[in-house]
Amino acid sequence: MNAHGTVFKYGDNVDTDVIIPARYLNSFDAKELASHAMVDIDPTFVERVKDGDIMVAGKNFGCGSSREHAPLALKTAGVACVIAKSYARIFYRNAINIGFAILECDAAADGINDGDEVKVDFDTGKIVDVTTGVEYQAEAFPPFMQNIIKEGGLVNYINHKKG
Amino acid sequence: MSMTMTQKILAAHAGLEEVHVGQLIEAKLDLVMANDITGPMALPIIKQMGGNVFDKDKVVFVPDHFVPNKDIKSAENAKAMREYAIEQKLTNLMIQGKCGVEHAILPERGLVYSGMCIIGADSHTCTYGALGAFSTGVGTTDVAAGMAAGTAWFRVPSAIKIYLHGKPNRYISGKDVILHIIDRIGVDGALYQSMEFTGPGVAELSMDDRFTICNMAIEAGGKNGIFPVDDKAKEYMLEAGVKEYDIYVADEDAEYEQVVDVDLGAIRPTVAFPHLPGNGHTIDEIEAGEKIYIDQVVIGSCTNGRMEDMRKAAAVLKGHKVAETVRVMVLPATQKIFLQCVHEGLVDIFVEAGCAFNTPSCGPCMGGHMGVLAKGEKCVSTTNRNFVGRMGDTEALIYLASPETAAASAIAGYIANPEKVGGNH
Repeated sequence: MNAHGTVFKYGDNVDTDVIIPARYLNSFDAKELASHAMVDIDPTFVERVKDGDIMVAGKNFGCGSSREHAPLALKTAGVACVIAKSYARIFYRNAINIGFAILECDAAADGINDGDEVKVDFDTGKIVDVTTGVEYQAEAFPPFMQNIIKEGGLVNYINHKKG
Repeated sequence: MSMTMTQKILAAHAGLEEVHVGQLIEAKLDLVMANDITGPMALPIIKQMGGNVFDKDKVVFVPDHFVPNKDIKSAENAKAMREYAIEQKLTNLMIQGKCGVEHAILPERGLVYSGMCIIGADSHTCTYGALGAFSTGVGTTDVAAGMAAGTAWFRVPSAIKIYLHGKPNRYISGKDVILHIIDRIGVDGALYQSMEFTGPGVAELSMDDRFTICNMAIEAGGKNGIFPVDDKAKEYMLEAGVKEYDIYVADEDAEYEQVVDVDLGAIRPTVAFPHLPGNGHTIDEIEAGEKIYIDQVVIGSCTNGRMEDMRKAAAVLKGHKVAETVRVMVLPATQKIFLQCVHEGLVDIFVEAGCAFNTPSCGPCMGGHMGVLAKGEKCVSTTNRNFVGRMGDTEALIYLASPETAAASAIAGYIANPEKVGGNH
């Protein structure tokens, strides 16, 4: 699996209230949610984002509310993966559970600029900033997450176990 | 091998003698909870997993976020969740007018208690650690899987020991304690970790203080917050009708990533400024600066909507009037607390002071309804988050504070020191 797109870069502590504000949570329709993604800190994000684009951020990405609507909104808006220094733990679980790729890499989070063209290889964790020519190495997914992803997400994983 | 309190609970629920930091385990769940934002989204996922809950005694849906229904979509969601709960014959049905805010109603009803392993599709599910349970927030897919299968996977967390000692001063409550701690360690200071509160200072904290403190463990990034089970906790559980429970005690030589020493006696009334719960300022710093005039005050939520919070706010407000142009929303967190406010005459105090006294709801805390902020408005709130846009417009400013600081600020019209307003409680 790979991603290749343009970078949208944000800072530390991007919380789930700005990823998808609670006022839109009277719906859990993925397309509806995606149409409001990031609106409170980047009102033109939804107009600009294209399928395959990449989000880069600092530490503690996805902090705050446990709303799974947040990774769903980003994924459905077209974001192929997030690269951040660290993730809030509930967001991390939610992302894996819905099959949304998230990578941790301090150097990439610092070095990649907003608007850069970036390629990511999920299997190896290799990140290439095509614009600057700099390569970064993130950790690939640990084996237990590969299992959940192999089963096609947590839903299938549980179904498989229940036989 | 020595273990923390959290690790012991997780080991027991995974059927293991011991666990170590970083180990991946599958644990049996004693209670699984969702609300009217996360619950309806879980229903189609549960259907994909067979459609039924694993145990009708151990699954609870609480309508509290957009309930009383704020619009038609919210009403449809709440209806779908309620109908599913009825269809599944859940033992603990939660219906508006007979329940309250999730993290207040579950302890009050005796549904959460010491030694349990609990997940909830709400980040503040960590509240129940106050009773010595392992309890953590998850998303919709995890909660759906938990409801269908009765299990969840966890990575065994390391822990931070928060060593409490000293005695808090009169106007200091659990909110000041946790805002002080988050200010010190940061909003990711406990990322993926347990926050284990311990030390002689624990005995100085009421159960309501402990619920407030554990409630905001997530605001430091914590997986869970947990208190040891003492006589106060046992008394609380007895009153809530809990008959049997397991008590886990951390090993004396359990390993902690760090120890945070907190002198409760040195904590000052603390306010978290926009836009992070870790942006704490003491009341002394605030008083030394220019006055911060406010438009609204919210007293309530899963953080500070309990009986003691109501009493403390009312004690400050008694005999005073809310500043002329300030709006105050008081929301007791459960119907039982609401009724107790009536019996104790607190409603008279609130209404005579000029506060709106409301039915239990999470509404204003997350900008849902019942107190949404306009552009440029400033609010002192006893809730848990002051993120950009959290309570309404992205240019509204939220200051997190204790019920007493919130009440004092309501009277003054600017962020004020409760020590100078007074009140007996």
